Amino acid sequence: MEQDECLRVENMMVRYGETLVLDDVSFRVKRGERFIIMGGSGSGKSTLLRHMIGLESPESGKVIIENIDMTGTDEETFMNLLKKIGVLFQSSALIGSMTVGENVALPIDEHLRLEKHLVPTIVRMKLAMVGLACFEQYLPSEISGGMKKRAGLARALALNPEILFLDEPSAGLDPVTAAEIDELILHINKTLGTTIVIVTHDLDSIFAVGQRVILLDNATKNIIAHGDPYEIRDSHENPEVRKFFRRKAVSGRN
Amino acid sequence: MKTDFSDISDNCRYEIRTPEPANVLICLRGDLVLHTAPKCLKKIRVDLKKGLPGLEKAIIDISGIDRLDDYGAMVLSEILDLTALPPDRTEIAGAKEDHRKILDMTDFDRNTLCPLSPPPAPNLVIVTGETVINAYYGFMHFISFIGAVAVSIARTIRRPRSIRPGDIVVHMKTTGVDALPVVGLISLMLGLIIAFISSMQLKLYGANIYVADLVALAMVSELGPIMTGIIVAGRSGSAYAAEISTMKISEEIDALMVMGFDPNQFLVLPRLIAALIVVPMLAMFSNLFAIAGGAIIGVSMLSLPLDAYINQSMEAITLFELMWGLSKAGVFAVLIAIIGCLRGFQAKGGASSVGNAATSAVVTSIFLIVFFDSMFAVIRIYWG
Repeated sequence: MEQDECLRVENMMVRYGETLVLDDVSFRVKRGERFIIMGGSGSGKSTLLRHMIGLESPESGKVIIENIDMTGTDEETFMNLLKKIGVLFQSSALIGSMTVGENVALPIDEHLRLEKHLVPTIVRMKLAMVGLACFEQYLPSEISGGMKKRAGLARALALNPEILFLDEPSAGLDPVTAAEIDELILHINKTLGTTIVIVTHDLDSIFAVGQRVILLDNATKNIIAHGDPYEIRDSHENPEVRKFFRRKAVSGRN
Repeated sequence: MKTDFSDISDNCRYEIRTPEPANVLICLRGDLVLHTAPKCLKKIRVDLKKGLPGLEKAIIDISGIDRLDDYGAMVLSEILDLTALPPDRTEIAGAKEDHRKILDMTDFDRNTLCPLSPPPAPNLVIVTGETVINAYYGFMHFISFIGAVAVSIARTIRRPRSIRPGDIVVHMKTTGVDALPVVGLISLMLGLIIAFISSMQLKLYGANIYVADLVALAMVSELGPIMTGIIVAGRSGSAYAAEISTMKISEEIDALMVMGFDPNQFLVLPRLIAALIVVPMLAMFSNLFAIAGGAIIGVSMLSLPLDAYINQSMEAITLFELMWGLSKAGVFAVLIAIIGCLRGFQAKGGASSVGNAATSAVVTSIFLIVFFDSMFAVIRIYWG
């Protein structure tokens, strides 16, 4: 395995009942890279994410994070592996009965032996990093969708993960807020050196953030395009792929 | 004072030097990150406490640091705080380009930037006042909800087609049919218990046969409806509250309203009608199972003939008694459905409000069931 690789998916096959969702999907993510998984609705991109973060195990294939195979490991290694990844869920998934500050403090309290009085400080730093400096005492129901994403991001970053997974970070946000989240992701990637893996179909985010993308296809259940987003848009041999990157309807009425 | 590069953890080391008596220079090396920083801070704290009297200047040299993250940055600022010097006499020196970025990102004045306001201390007057006001609004809400349901009923009577019969059948199944096993089993055991306890006393007088009267009367007029009510409140009242509150917080109720549905008509009436039909039936089954339980004791322990036991039971109950009990069950059904739905509609916020709604629905309905039952007892006394 190469030194600068921190995530590898090998021959992943996923099936829900009779339906094949992913068929023999393989790719690698380099350390410090901003990697984007895109695909239309129903192409299995969210399924792929759920398998990469260990919520489900594939029918066959491997997910290798930091040289450890996540799919075939014991409980303890798996738990340690989880500390190296952070996940921002599509709905932010903040615990509704806890304040924003408590949400961010949750993984810190659980996994780090930090002196008690330092926890509020680091929570504050994390929140300041995502631009929510004064919102510790708010409940998730009292803040806006964009702020929830930021808070979820602060919680995902609580333990300085090696890899940050983001599920549709701009979904449900207005263009300005979405662009701000993209900026924030770039900022985190550049200052902390965190590897970023984004699942999205928001083209603006893809061009703003992505260094390398893979495009999942509905029909073949596999990757049909792979590379720099601008290059794919301008010169991919498959016109369907180019259409996807230009936001054109693939068939039917225009 | 001089400390060698002491082994803090795997790869964070430090050295405290005093080039001049009043100055301190802390040189850090290695990684100051998530896993190493807290341990490093503990050690440095101990060493610094050993005494730095009359300190005038503190410099932290981080030119030897390989990796630094925000936990490290926090530790650096904690170390500076430990020296208790004003900011102009402390310095973090030798930061590399990317370390400077980390320091900038986490550099904010913790004490002046929106100081944490402690939550206001509870004041007895305020707490009492809020409780009273909340109770008042809760009661008003309850009354207005009953009014709204009544309006929906009136509307449904005028346009009976606006109610969905399929929903009623579904709720009749979940509230009634599915509850039958548990109601039956509990009532059977209740019958056993009543018969057993009363037989202990009645045996002394040779009045074994009156066990049948006791079981039949107690169940038909009191325990049958109450037990059924409590079981249905626990099973279905909580389910109504949980379902409706989940719909409420996921905006499904708003969607119904926008589509022109009356949520009361769409959600409350099917449940209300279903409960009103099945709870008296369940109470009837409860009576039967309890009498069967009593008969088991009567036949097996008191050696009464089965037909005598059944005859005695039949004679003990009048039709009025039975109808009185079953109409109480009907009232309990209305209470359970109304309270369950009301608590569901009152939910707001997140996941925990669904739990609170379900809990509150069960507690309130059980309380009201017992309360109304005692009201019925009082009415009975004056009725004669």
